[in-house]
Amino acid sequence: MSTVIEPPVTQPDKHLEELETVTIRFAGDSGDGMQLTGTQFTNTSAVVGNDISTLPDFPAEIRAPAGSLPGVSGFQLNFSSQDIKTPGDQPNVLVAMNPAALKVNLPDLEEGGTLIINIDSFTPENLKYANYATNPLDDNSLAGYRVHKLPITTLNMNALKGNVDLSRKEIDRSKNFFALGVLYWLYDRPMENTLNWIRAKFAKSPELAKANEIALKTGYNFADTTEVFTTHFTVKKAQIAPGKYRKITGNEATALGFIAASQISGRPLFYGSYPITPASDILHELSRHKSFGVKTFQAEDEIAAVCAAIGASFAGQIGLTGTSGPGVALKQEAIGLAVMTELPLVIVNVQRGGPSTGLPTKTEQADLFQAVWGRNGECPAIVIAPATPADCFHMAIESVRLAFKYMSPVFYLSDGYLANGAEPWALPEVQELPQIEVKFHTDPTTFMPYARDAETLARPYALPGTPGLEHRIGGIEKQHITGNVNYDPENHHLMVKLRQEKIDRAVNDIPLLEVMGEQSGKVLVLGWGSTYGSISSAVEKMQREGKSVSAAHLRYLNPFPRNLGEVLAAFDTVIVPEMNLGQLCTMIRAKYLVDAVPFSKVKGRPFQIREIVRKVEEYL
Amino acid sequence: MSTQSNGQNGNGNKLVGEVVSAESDVGSSVSGRVAPPPGQMKKADFVSDQEVRWCPGCGDYAILNNVQKVMPELGIPREKIVFVSGIGCSSRFPYYMNTYGFHGIHGRAPAIATGIKCANPDLSVWVITGDGDALSIGGNHFIHAIRRNLDINYILFNNRIYGLTKGQYSPTSEFGKKTKSTPSGTIDYPINPLSLAIASESTFVARSIDIDVKHLGTIVEAAAKHKGISFIEVYQNCNIFNDNAFDYFAERTVRSDRVLYLEHGKPMIFGKERNKGVRMNGAHPEIVTIGENGITENDLLVHDIYLQDPSVAFMLARMEQPEFPQPVGIFRAIERPTYEDMMVDQIEASIAKSGPGSLEKLIHSGDTWVVE
Repeated sequence: MSTVIEPPVTQPDKHLEELETVTIRFAGDSGDGMQLTGTQFTNTSAVVGNDISTLPDFPAEIRAPAGSLPGVSGFQLNFSSQDIKTPGDQPNVLVAMNPAALKVNLPDLEEGGTLIINIDSFTPENLKYANYATNPLDDNSLAGYRVHKLPITTLNMNALKGNVDLSRKEIDRSKNFFALGVLYWLYDRPMENTLNWIRAKFAKSPELAKANEIALKTGYNFADTTEVFTTHFTVKKAQIAPGKYRKITGNEATALGFIAASQISGRPLFYGSYPITPASDILHELSRHKSFGVKTFQAEDEIAAVCAAIGASFAGQIGLTGTSGPGVALKQEAIGLAVMTELPLVIVNVQRGGPSTGLPTKTEQADLFQAVWGRNGECPAIVIAPATPADCFHMAIESVRLAFKYMSPVFYLSDGYLANGAEPWALPEVQELPQIEVKFHTDPTTFMPYARDAETLARPYALPGTPGLEHRIGGIEKQHITGNVNYDPENHHLMVKLRQEKIDRAVNDIPLLEVMGEQSGKVLVLGWGSTYGSISSAVEKMQREGKSVSAAHLRYLNPFPRNLGEVLAAFDTVIVPEMNLGQLCTMIRAKYLVDAVPFSKVKGRPFQIREIVRKVEEYL
Repeated sequence: MSTQSNGQNGNGNKLVGEVVSAESDVGSSVSGRVAPPPGQMKKADFVSDQEVRWCPGCGDYAILNNVQKVMPELGIPREKIVFVSGIGCSSRFPYYMNTYGFHGIHGRAPAIATGIKCANPDLSVWVITGDGDALSIGGNHFIHAIRRNLDINYILFNNRIYGLTKGQYSPTSEFGKKTKSTPSGTIDYPINPLSLAIASESTFVARSIDIDVKHLGTIVEAAAKHKGISFIEVYQNCNIFNDNAFDYFAERTVRSDRVLYLEHGKPMIFGKERNKGVRMNGAHPEIVTIGENGITENDLLVHDIYLQDPSVAFMLARMEQPEFPQPVGIFRAIERPTYEDMMVDQIEASIAKSGPGSLEKLIHSGDTWVVE
């Protein structure tokens, strides 16, 4: 398609076509504002009533060298008039702001997909950075796609030069809004939402606000009035359950869930944390909500963060710490202390690619073993995992409920995909949220620090400040009931069993595992955590095709739901897709002696629906 | 891995039953009775029923005894006192105090104490630690807990050795010391706890000696009354692995000549004859004799614990035997807002500005839309 620099005077008559689902990926240099562009498109799509699911994909470096391959930042968005659960297997549309973005992302674009390219950035220098021997715009290598070559930088400069009091460099920084404007026209989105955002965001820098506003509108009008696009598209409101919604990421939902847990339990929230990707946004979010009495403590290191949370728990607040895998490795000794002292504690692990520093900004599920077995001694803890970004809200509440009820550490395993991915959240009614009852022991005549509740085996919760309950706890083995330091072999054996039994009894407090589809059949796809969207989408698709496939998704990893063994036994084959080398698969093989099949993908990216479909088909 | 079937059959009750007998041979760690009001408490009210298990002759006994003695004089209800410790001989301390206690993990007591104090600023929080616990494995927490200026009392028992692990050198062991792990002598230079505390912006810095019972009691009491972090180094004798380590200045017969008792507002005088003093010579301290070369008390440095500038306190912390007398007492006591107060202030300011948080409003914030 030819490049059009000057918009024609007459407005061509454009065709509006309806689509069910569209997947767009915005890609550019990490300084190009692609996360912002994608987020704005997402917000607008959510507000107009589409179902949405997003996958931000950014480099670990804040600003890798401009134009380089490692510096490419992407944001994928799936929006639909149907109920969708994943950000889409393959983009239908790729917006590439520079050669490196094209190089990195083109392999993912669907065959015949739409390419929108900022040709101004295809300079010899940038082509070299992206390891292009020849210019892909000229060498016919893009022949299989619908290519729109737009001189975005030039068009944006022409529109803004003389209209705003900004340098060329500052003007250039608004070109992502020009691209967003083009996409807004192309997919029939209103601009109001983003215009309001721009005005609020840049309230103190009116020139920047003006520049971004002009850029957005110019992009929109350019697409509308020129002949670059002959057709544009609309995606109708989604047929999702009635109710009030907002767009939410996993990290936002996690933070809100803990605030909710604090409100409904009446216990103030203490969050001890050390900055780490991709968990830091939870710290940022919680630190904004001081009016809820939330105390956030940015500790000197991961160990101090968890120890302070344990101290806060001892003093009666919700002791919460959040981190990613490397941080959990550092916290484990202290988590063992919380197991020994039998204090409530919640550990948020927003898992990322490992081992060691690994892939800080990419997703992975390889910390399950670390949560279940990663400490010295027999050291059981409750482990739960949210399945979707919005589910983070409910599972955060659930983790606090279980921690108090069982006087135990609870691991909450999120991951980078859930943390940064977004979906519509059906807003719950506050009065329908679960109740969290926290009982404190106050009677000195009946107090024994390690006496146990007959039902849960939890020990009494006795707060410093309570007269007559002065007692000592610590990491040395404690005598059953009295809590005195004790090295007796029989006592130790008993206490090891009691601590395990207490966690085992939490099984009485967690829902049974539900099977999606037939209760028995050829294949069961068993998942946990963020694979929910891909697995359920794949299984529903195959079920519509009449195939004997069901799915089940574990939100409770330790203990497992009581009926897990029966569920597994009802299928010929159990396939366990995981973003690790088969950790859940190993656990169920060991516990239920089932010949489950691991399906591993450890690429820092979530499963595609079609990958799961293909795997399941091997066993049908 | 857990066997979940156990969770459903009530086995746990049986487990509980198994050890009812084990309970009878040891007393409870709980008093089971409410302490008398603050004005009527005695030392005995702070003694727990646990048998003290330090080696006979250990300096820790003297410190424990002193702290138990000082406690009733502080006027703090017993249930509001929490002792927190790390790992090491000294860290067993909380078990022997009839208060709330938390025996933590190695080096992390300041972090646990931070959480306790932030969660409930009403509590009187005490950290008990040793030279290895505080300065080696817990060095990072030492620095940061101190710089935050929480209102916590922080007592470091410095015996210049690892006792609980049976005699390896510690970060305060003198250079060249031969120990089990350094048969040819240490080749790392020791750290000075007071220098580090001052460098970490400690608002209260003091030092005492285990066997100087009266002095130690005064210092502990002063620390308790200081609002903000109160750091005390106590020279503590380990009679098993580092016996007589401090005799070269602390032993009774030499103490008055080799120890400088710092007193606020008073000239720095020491010596059996009370005729030695510390004077500034340019930027350096020097020892002078009163009456010689026309020197009078007026020439001596006058101790001021309230100096905002930490330079003099740091200089005093660097004075050591044999060149100088070993200073003990309060080096520094300045006022600064505490971390927990500022934390509460921010919360109160936020509530004053926008009212107490509403969960309903929070959930419904941001861009929302309705699906019919």
